[in-house]
Amino acid sequence: MKPLSVSDRLAKNVFVTDEDDPHITIDNTVADKTRLYLAVAACPAKVYTISADGSVCADSAACLECGTCLAVCPPGNGLTWHYPRGGFGVSFREG
Amino acid sequence: MEPDFDVIVVGGGIAGCITAQLLAAQGHSVVVIERGDNAGAKNLSGGICYSRILAQVFPDYLAEAPYERQIVRNVFGLVGKERATFAEVFDPSLAQPVNAISVLRAPFDAWLAEQAEAAGAFMMPGVRVDELLMESGRVIGVRAGEDELRAQVVVAADGINSFLARAAGLRSTPSLNHLAVGVKAVIGLDSQVIADRFHLEGREGAAFALVGDVTAGVGGGAFLYTNRQSLSFGVVLRLDDLTASGKESAAIFDHALSHKALAPLLRDGEIIEYGCHLTGEGGIHLLDKIHFDGLVVVGDAAGLTINTGLTIRGMDFAIGSAIAAAEGIHTALTAGDTSAVGLSHYRRAFEASYLYADLKTYAKAPAFLEQATDMYDRYPELVGDVFHRIYAIDGDPRTRLLASARAAFKDSAIKFRQLLRDGLSAVRSL
Repeated sequence: MKPLSVSDRLAKNVFVTDEDDPHITIDNTVADKTRLYLAVAACPAKVYTISADGSVCADSAACLECGTCLAVCPPGNGLTWHYPRGGFGVSFREG
Repeated sequence: MEPDFDVIVVGGGIAGCITAQLLAAQGHSVVVIERGDNAGAKNLSGGICYSRILAQVFPDYLAEAPYERQIVRNVFGLVGKERATFAEVFDPSLAQPVNAISVLRAPFDAWLAEQAEAAGAFMMPGVRVDELLMESGRVIGVRAGEDELRAQVVVAADGINSFLARAAGLRSTPSLNHLAVGVKAVIGLDSQVIADRFHLEGREGAAFALVGDVTAGVGGGAFLYTNRQSLSFGVVLRLDDLTASGKESAAIFDHALSHKALAPLLRDGEIIEYGCHLTGEGGIHLLDKIHFDGLVVVGDAAGLTINTGLTIRGMDFAIGSAIAAAEGIHTALTAGDTSAVGLSHYRRAFEASYLYADLKTYAKAPAFLEQATDMYDRYPELVGDVFHRIYAIDGDPRTRLLASARAAFKDSAIKFRQLLRDGLSAVRSL
């Protein structure tokens, strides 16, 4: 079977993106990005990417809301993550 | 200020909906606040539900609930890089009465919410609860945006991340070795193809639990469950080991999905949904306190899961904790004491159940699954090698089974003392 790329897989899902209030923010000024980088690899939706200069960006529209990133990169390490506002984010039809 | 409801349930999953249903049926005023557009929209499981306990709440669930299949074939697989060894247990008596069902949570939880509503609970979907309202150390309600709602008891059924109880300082954050991320695809496949491929009749279903190269050596495993017209396939990766490996969870999922030992099982399937979910791996070590002044914690939010390697359970704990919580809350409301003391009947009712006994029985399982690291790479290779020596009639004279096993063991990098230790530990903990 076709495994599809992560982005093609995500395209099968239903998302309602909250343009006004993204639920993930990155603070790239933290001295030690080790834990931020752990979140990059651990996220199954590949929400996080590392730029050439080592900074981390987040595409909150692709988030599957599992909370793995926050578990490996707890508060104080450059990641602010909470659930999207009510009615926004992923909507599973299968689960 | 007068409370708006007797009970506010935060989270429309299995634990939340059932707690609400049972309390509403007893005449209490109950609201379920769910951040998804409907109950089930944010919920995801592997998912096998060991469903005997569901009949306590819904005696006719098999006729009424939108479940997938009744599991009568359980397969355990040790998957190596080149070879895989499967043990298949076909046991139709597991459907008489039904012991386990495969479920897809979006339709399943939506049905549970309908039952809660029919019992008189008020559903409030599309609302995210931001925090617990506290007054002199006691939970008195919740805040959602600008709105505040008050109740005599709040039920935190807000899932494994358990933000409400943690933010209020009532529960601690689990360590990484007690958490795993499940990465899953629902793979559409014709129901007749599923029946033929997995040797199933009617509503029968199969469940595979796999360890080894499917997780590229990372602690955890893979699963494959049959639904009516789809397969649930995924990997579960323990976060301490995943982060130590430096590997990407998505890449490990791809690796499992394209593994040659599994390809024929997934052939012609089409991914129709991709999701993930954090899950508890700590068993009884995640339980901690579950009742406070004005608050109880149920299901995943209370850390209630068991992984024995062969069975992965969470939904039956959600149901069981909901039954115990509803009992405890009803007792507290009736007595007019919703303090931690008044709500302590929840804890007693839960501890009296077989679920708590199981948590104690498998108390050492998390440590075993963490320490027996050879299970995720060397043991599957070893077992595959033993059988290879038996089946490969390659022109060299055969040796007897024991000699083949000894030779395979010698060729593996496994230390005898380690094998002995893991074997003893498995016997003691699983």
